[in-house]
Amino acid sequence: MESIDYSETIPNNVNLSEDRALRRALEHWQPNYLDWWKDMGPDGSAEFDVYLRTATGVDPKGWAHYDYVKMPDYRWGIFLSPAEAGRKIQFGDHKGEDAWQTVPGEHRANLRRIIVTQGDTEPASVEQQRHLGHTAPSLYDLRNIFQINVEEGRHLWAMVYLLHKYFGRDGREEGEALLERRSGEQDNPRILQAFNERTPDWLAFFMFTYFTDRDGKFQLCALAESGFDPLSRTTRFMLTEEAHHMFIGESGISRIVQRTCQVMNEMKTDDPKTIREAGVIDLPTIQKYLNFHYSVTIDLFGADESSNAATFYSSGLKGRFEESRQHDDHVLRDDSYEVPEVRDGKIVPRQVPMLNALNEVLRDNYIADSNKGLKRWNRVMEKAGIPFRLTIPHKAFNRKIGSLAGSHVAPDGTVLTRARWDARRDAWLPTDSDRAFVANLMGRVVEPGRFANWIAPPRFGVNGQSADFRYVRFD
Amino acid sequence: MDSESYQVDYRVEPASYKHWNLTVDAPLAFLSVNIDEQAGLRPGYKLKLNSYDLGVDIELNDALNRIRFEHPAVRTVVITSAKDRVFCSGANIFMLGSSSHAWKVNFCKFTNETRNGMEDSSARDGLKFIAAVNGVCAGGGYELALACDEIILVDDRSSAVSLPEVPLLGVLPGTGGLTRLTDKRQVRHDLADIFCTTAEGVRGHKAKDWGLVDEIAKPAIFQDRVRERALELAQLSDRPAAGKPVRLTPLARKSTRDHISYQHVSIDIDRVARTATLTVSAPHDEQPNSIDEIHASGADWYPLQLARELDDAILSMRTNELDIGVWLLRTRGQCRAVLEMDQHLHANCEHWFVRETIGYLRRTLQRLDVTSRSMFAMIDEGSCFAGSFFELALACDRSYQLALPDDESFAPKIFLSESNFGMFPTLTGESRLERRFYGDQASLNAARQHLNQPLDADTAFELGLVTLNPDDLDWQDEIRIAVEERVSMSPDALTGMESNLRFNGRETMLTRIFGRLTAWQNWIFQRPNATGQSGSLKVYGTGEKPDFDWDRI
Repeated sequence: MESIDYSETIPNNVNLSEDRALRRALEHWQPNYLDWWKDMGPDGSAEFDVYLRTATGVDPKGWAHYDYVKMPDYRWGIFLSPAEAGRKIQFGDHKGEDAWQTVPGEHRANLRRIIVTQGDTEPASVEQQRHLGHTAPSLYDLRNIFQINVEEGRHLWAMVYLLHKYFGRDGREEGEALLERRSGEQDNPRILQAFNERTPDWLAFFMFTYFTDRDGKFQLCALAESGFDPLSRTTRFMLTEEAHHMFIGESGISRIVQRTCQVMNEMKTDDPKTIREAGVIDLPTIQKYLNFHYSVTIDLFGADESSNAATFYSSGLKGRFEESRQHDDHVLRDDSYEVPEVRDGKIVPRQVPMLNALNEVLRDNYIADSNKGLKRWNRVMEKAGIPFRLTIPHKAFNRKIGSLAGSHVAPDGTVLTRARWDARRDAWLPTDSDRAFVANLMGRVVEPGRFANWIAPPRFGVNGQSADFRYVRFD
Repeated sequence: MDSESYQVDYRVEPASYKHWNLTVDAPLAFLSVNIDEQAGLRPGYKLKLNSYDLGVDIELNDALNRIRFEHPAVRTVVITSAKDRVFCSGANIFMLGSSSHAWKVNFCKFTNETRNGMEDSSARDGLKFIAAVNGVCAGGGYELALACDEIILVDDRSSAVSLPEVPLLGVLPGTGGLTRLTDKRQVRHDLADIFCTTAEGVRGHKAKDWGLVDEIAKPAIFQDRVRERALELAQLSDRPAAGKPVRLTPLARKSTRDHISYQHVSIDIDRVARTATLTVSAPHDEQPNSIDEIHASGADWYPLQLARELDDAILSMRTNELDIGVWLLRTRGQCRAVLEMDQHLHANCEHWFVRETIGYLRRTLQRLDVTSRSMFAMIDEGSCFAGSFFELALACDRSYQLALPDDESFAPKIFLSESNFGMFPTLTGESRLERRFYGDQASLNAARQHLNQPLDADTAFELGLVTLNPDDLDWQDEIRIAVEERVSMSPDALTGMESNLRFNGRETMLTRIFGRLTAWQNWIFQRPNATGQSGSLKVYGTGEKPDFDWDRI
């Protein structure tokens, strides 16, 4: 087992003590990071003892060590998956060459851009979620959001490590800038628009962790294939944590659906108004939240025809999802891929050179994966005998990026006029009053074992603990 | 559809703009780039991220003229973007990659003229420009900003200015970017070196510290700060708050395959000889006398209409008739009428409308200076190369004046007027006469002594005002042989030679921009490293890497 050296201010498995330049850089950055956490981390949580998982090693056995921790004392560190001896670049023009252990000057700008863009999402989501602790539906959920927050913090560390270690002065400046941008701040926004939206309530939070963190998973998977070995190793370790975040989202939505179905059966009604009056979230509102988060998230994959995507792949910087499992030449020079566009009021396929379509390929991988959780949610309804089913909207619905941007497509894929679309908007996407209703349901529940009325308890607790375990201690 | 068979029309109107929003809030005008990616001039590329092609620039050129004439109360033009987080990402690379060399060069020339025209209007006619850079500003987008009086960059921690041509595309900025960095903004050369090789560009304080922009402003105050600064700049202008607009009515043009005619300008193309005869006719009706009458005649006022027709003729011929290598410039009408027009221009040059008209003529004549065609002036019977019309002859590579020793009264005469002594400077800032005589005062004084006097071929020849003075017995053959000889020479060598000789004395930022464009950029554009099968422009965006020949030349 490759263990983490905890004797240092910055736990790591990268031999930090012997790298003076890196150490100096990170020791300068760390106080700024802690200041950022104090300002922008979970609001009012500094003194809580939180039952958190901390990585003590990077192999499967070592990455989950549980104990109570005050979050500012969390051992944020730098952990890379173990190096694979003789790792080769798997795709693109450099296929078969040794993976790079330093940044090739030729690819400096693109690699830096990839790392900064990925890195920027990590603190952004912490900022988006910082007030949710005040309305947590249980101690279990409160602990889970804190776990996600500290791990997003660690993911920021991982990206900053790469910037500091491999990009010199430029990298240090970008590292500072990652702490200076603020989600949703007009003068100083985060880079990607989805990370400037508010996460105002727990339904939005669960949707975000299910859908948007899943985008994170796919981006990280593509970067785990990178020919730049340190990026590959860093992202591989991040993926283990990302999977847990998506689980929180998936089970969170399941529990909300389960509770709603229970109330519907008890009251023998499917009338949303009655259901809302009973203090649970009606299923159509859940569908609207789903439509919103799903469509905003699939935009994050970028334009469906992209020169950057082609360049990133060909130069070996960013691969495909599960690159090694694809049965082709991993160069993709002569292949093409179908992307949808709206023409004459219809969605029609268009062939695009494969290299330029790689954003769309990753988006389609993502869409297939997103459907899995949906099946589980629908099974909850099926078991409860409720005929309602949640659905994933059409890929062209509510898109703002790529060739579908500017078209007006219903969730079922029908192409509409702008006026028709606008008239139906409130039936498809959360309205202010939907959001107000959900926000009003939210109230803090902190007695061990108790859960807010609108959500069912989980089937299992964390790390084999029961649902009524004191996951967070306030004294 | 290839560039050779596609006819480009430079005549557009605001109602049909596809790419720009013009809103006027005097003394400010907001010209917002809002490029319709589906509406490229030719098929085969999408104008993503506010990237432009010739069609976009034709609208920009038109919009600037509309502001000059139709919105006299505008003193500052704010150039900004209507799109979110992107100002302008420059010329569309896929358009460049799929265009012929001639198309690229013509496109670059025209975009340069438009940007130079902005600086010209600012320096001479009181129209100021601010670039309100509210998002990504790359390549030609930054060059558009560089042509403004000031650049304000939004400080949102992501918007950067950049010239990524070298690192990303293996070519040079084509609209004066490098030259304006050094000559206009005086960015230190080593910092400029970093800037021009950093694809992602420079943002925020660093952009300000390096002199790449004049100011940075946070998003929350950006609009207010732009407006505030635009109003301050407007203070420097004397454009009239209550000036009555002059509407630029649609320009009438008749064309057949070999003939184009406007009211005062016509073109006859001889495809076998590969020549075009461009004929400019003097005013023949009575001209308005008072400034009120002049102003009231609006777009029908002869000098303005002439400028518009000549401008359109030059642009159309340059774009659509590539192999017509020699232009013969003729004039028809009464010298007296031209001199009268010159008097009106002079007497009223302080009035905004007349000043703008002079500006339009000035910029149109400057187009001739950078036109890659051999130009000969034919001062023959019935011609009227007087005053401002004589500028046409002075812009030519050669001028031939017919001598009629036996019939002195019919012999064509030229006239010099005040118009030839500074009203229509070339890109060097000199008059064409100064350029002709390398600023030699004796020659200029000698010419000046004949102000407003008819000069026959021999006198003009003596004064050095015309190239040759053949008599009626020699004329036919002399002209025929000169033209036949000229069209037989290498078009490339002629273009290079003519530019060398036309821009003969003083250098300015503008001559350097055109000179370097012609020399460096056009060389790079021609090299396999840029446009070969695996050249950087060809493979851009495909994911393929350019295959460079690494020899330094």
